[in-house]
Amino acid sequence: MKRLLKGGRVVDPANGIDGVHDVLIEDGRIARVGRDLPVDDATVVEIPSGLVVCPGLIDMHVHLREPGQEHKETVASGVASAVAGGFTAVACMPNTTPVNDNANVTLLILAKAAEAKLAHVYPIGAVSKGSKGELLADIAELKQAGCVAITDDGHPVATALLMRRALEYAGMFGMPVIEHCEDPSLKGDGVAHEGFHASALGLRGIPGAAEALGVERGVLLSELTGSAFHVAHMSARASLRAVRKGKEAGVRVTCEVAPHHFTLTDEALGSPIPYDTNTKMNPPLREAADRDAMLAGIVDGTVDVIATDHAPHHYDEKKVEFDRAPFGIVGLETAVPLSIDRLVHSGLIRLPRLVELLSTAPARILRVPGGSLSPGSPADITILAPDLKVRIRASQLRSRSKNTPFDGWELRGGVAATIVHGRTVYTNPEVATTL
Amino acid sequence: MSTTSQELDQKQAVTALRRKDLLGIAELSPEEIELILDTADAMKEVGTRPIKKVPALRGKTVVNLFFEPSTRTRTSFEIAEKRLSADTLSIAIGTSSVVKGETLADTALNLEAMSPDMIVLRHASSGACHFLSRVCRSVIINAGDGMHEHPTQALLDAFTIRERKKKLAGLKVAIVGDLLHSRVLRSNIHLLTKLGADVWVCGPPTLIPTDIRRFGVTATSNVEDAVRDADVIMLLRIQLERMEGAYFPSLREYFRVFGMTEERMHLAKPDVMIMHPGPMNRGVEIASEVADGPYSVILDQVANGVAVRMAVLYLLAGGVEHEEAA
Amino acid sequence: MPVVMDADRIGRTLTRIAHEIVERNKGTDDLALVGVRTRGVPIARRIARTLREITGQEIPTGSLDITLYRDDTMRHAVGPQPLVRKTDIQFSIDNRKILLVDDVLYTGRTTRAALDALIDYGRPKAIQLIVLVDRGHRELPIKADYVGKNLPTSPEESVQVRLLEIDGEDEVVLETGGGA
Repeated sequence: MKRLLKGGRVVDPANGIDGVHDVLIEDGRIARVGRDLPVDDATVVEIPSGLVVCPGLIDMHVHLREPGQEHKETVASGVASAVAGGFTAVACMPNTTPVNDNANVTLLILAKAAEAKLAHVYPIGAVSKGSKGELLADIAELKQAGCVAITDDGHPVATALLMRRALEYAGMFGMPVIEHCEDPSLKGDGVAHEGFHASALGLRGIPGAAEALGVERGVLLSELTGSAFHVAHMSARASLRAVRKGKEAGVRVTCEVAPHHFTLTDEALGSPIPYDTNTKMNPPLREAADRDAMLAGIVDGTVDVIATDHAPHHYDEKKVEFDRAPFGIVGLETAVPLSIDRLVHSGLIRLPRLVELLSTAPARILRVPGGSLSPGSPADITILAPDLKVRIRASQLRSRSKNTPFDGWELRGGVAATIVHGRTVYTNPEVATTL
Repeated sequence: MSTTSQELDQKQAVTALRRKDLLGIAELSPEEIELILDTADAMKEVGTRPIKKVPALRGKTVVNLFFEPSTRTRTSFEIAEKRLSADTLSIAIGTSSVVKGETLADTALNLEAMSPDMIVLRHASSGACHFLSRVCRSVIINAGDGMHEHPTQALLDAFTIRERKKKLAGLKVAIVGDLLHSRVLRSNIHLLTKLGADVWVCGPPTLIPTDIRRFGVTATSNVEDAVRDADVIMLLRIQLERMEGAYFPSLREYFRVFGMTEERMHLAKPDVMIMHPGPMNRGVEIASEVADGPYSVILDQVANGVAVRMAVLYLLAGGVEHEEAA
Repeated sequence: MPVVMDADRIGRTLTRIAHEIVERNKGTDDLALVGVRTRGVPIARRIARTLREITGQEIPTGSLDITLYRDDTMRHAVGPQPLVRKTDIQFSIDNRKILLVDDVLYTGRTTRAALDALIDYGRPKAIQLIVLVDRGHRELPIKADYVGKNLPTSPEESVQVRLLEIDGEDEVVLETGGGA
């Protein structure tokens, strides 16, 4: 089965490519990338001008909620949402019910993903049994079953000692430890960023320092152990500062930022909808200086990855008083429009850098296939439409849950098609192509 | 059709509240605040009549939905509603540890099916009234939501000050106590600054909300500076459990450093007004001699609460019909 | 905009009414004046002054705000609530003959509201109604005991009473358009 994607602008920063090229796909793999490739017996797909062909996007922070919380999302609905958002692969978090701290849950997730035949799913296993922060989980078993990293996401690893052990042990397999960085005592029962807006609205605050403390701990322990440490959903400028210092000192620390943390601030708590529970997540939307720091980190390279922290919650769960609502918003289908509109069209970065953030770097950090269009790589390809006018409509998201603060937003930048293993798994009806 | 040249007068007057609900002082303009206070003046007079009742809200149903216990505020609202001839119903919902299952939204929607015209809501969560106003068609009046606002308290405080001092602009008002957790503080800051008062807030640094100065107030942990030459001193309640959050070491220490004693009070102007929204912790935020002394207007505050709440109910009651008008 | 009563005429009319009051009530015992806000109030005060000149007696005078007793609030989707002003009656109305004073009598609804308000205040011996202008079109069975001027009007017209104390001049004007 040969397909030739002809005449599109190919952006593959891992191979230094940015220009009009053809991409030959054969048996689910990239065969060749070059100019004016011979057609032979390949099916030709003309790439309309204006679209961009890049290595498949990878979201390394997604909550698929299965097993146990299927009312919010399932693996099947999650990967459907992912490919609609342009992602060819997602890494899913272990805070399911039961927690993914053993091979059975990992294999269940992988089986569901295989059934759905849409995006690749790379499970992330728990650091500790039940994520309770007491005993290490059977990490080798998790690795063997298919996990690519470990985390106790939802909360930080309970003690510095346990984090140290996890880093040392996981390092044996080359698996990064991903951390929800937070000092629980400083976070307390906070529900919003500690700042002017929380003060005005009477909401208990979570200072940026609560996150930064967790980052500093991780950086020090990564230095101590020599193992890879990845900061999940970074939001505070003090955290960025700690990551930057760690990198300068040669520590193996990486970090990710979610689109809501580089587009929104805590002003959203009060306006346009006061106490909108779709502005409640952890870490919270922070003040402008923090949002600007995240943008600066994206520009100067301190930030490695954009990951959504896609956290579906059922409508009923979010339709309550702010204090009672669970933290989190969905993100798979809003990431690309927000990133292209707010980062590329605003002139902050160019497309190759965006592809690094959304594909090359996550593949490298998780050590999974993809992230580039090198010959031999799986043919996981995202075709972007950077000039497409997109209007976010929560009701039309493919995720089971619609908890997003971006409903009604008009952005420029979308997905034209998503190809996994050479097979087109999603096409955007508004781009009117036969991709 | 309408009546006499009375109608012509109404058109020239400052018109009423341009909103369906009273969710907080933050959204009110100074003119709306003055309107409420002026109307409260007229309402106060009703309480001096032999028959303390006017038919203004006759046939309207008002539900007092209280998720937090409160005798004072609830009674005040009930009396206000009855004086306006409304049909009132008070529902006191047990604390959250007792009531599980039914959400605020469901409680309200069940109520709404019985068409109350107005719901007076007190709830432990900040933003509960905003939330309810999105769920319910009834007029919502905030009787205190979490740490956010308690608008009728601030209004009755302002009314009490205005009675004695004739105006609020230029007065130095010192507010001392647990600022961080106080909804009365936030409502008062909004109201007093909108009407031009010079507001000083005081408490231990652990209890001062972040960025409080952005509200246009002076914040200090020195209580003497706060009350010096003050025209009004408002004391806020210290909850006895706050020690557990390590906000301050002990009540004894709090009283020593911040408690309103006669000595401290005498740093203020000679005709200072001492206020407290109640209930008071004697010997913690306020010394008994001060609470019971001649400068205290704490009981006046309570009396004025009814008039102010009558004014709010009256001014919003028309809102039920006006939904499409705005 | 025809002027139907000028300052002079208003003055003479109120004087005439004062005399009628004394005659009908055979003196001024137990009398009290209550002006309906807003323009009924200065009219009541003027009548009180004239009565004092005639009889040497001080007639207690008060003002009544009937906004809270109106029957048309909260029934029309016409916008904000009318402004409430204070009622000020410093004397007991029990067992007195109350002379209720208003500027224009039209549908009668203001008078009905005033009667309700007064009766909530106490139990007067009797209530008599004084109006400066009666423009007809009653919707309730209400009749004035003392009328300054009978002025037939159509519903499209409006009667504007202006008084020195409030508007800076005394005159009654008939305007076309407007509903008062």
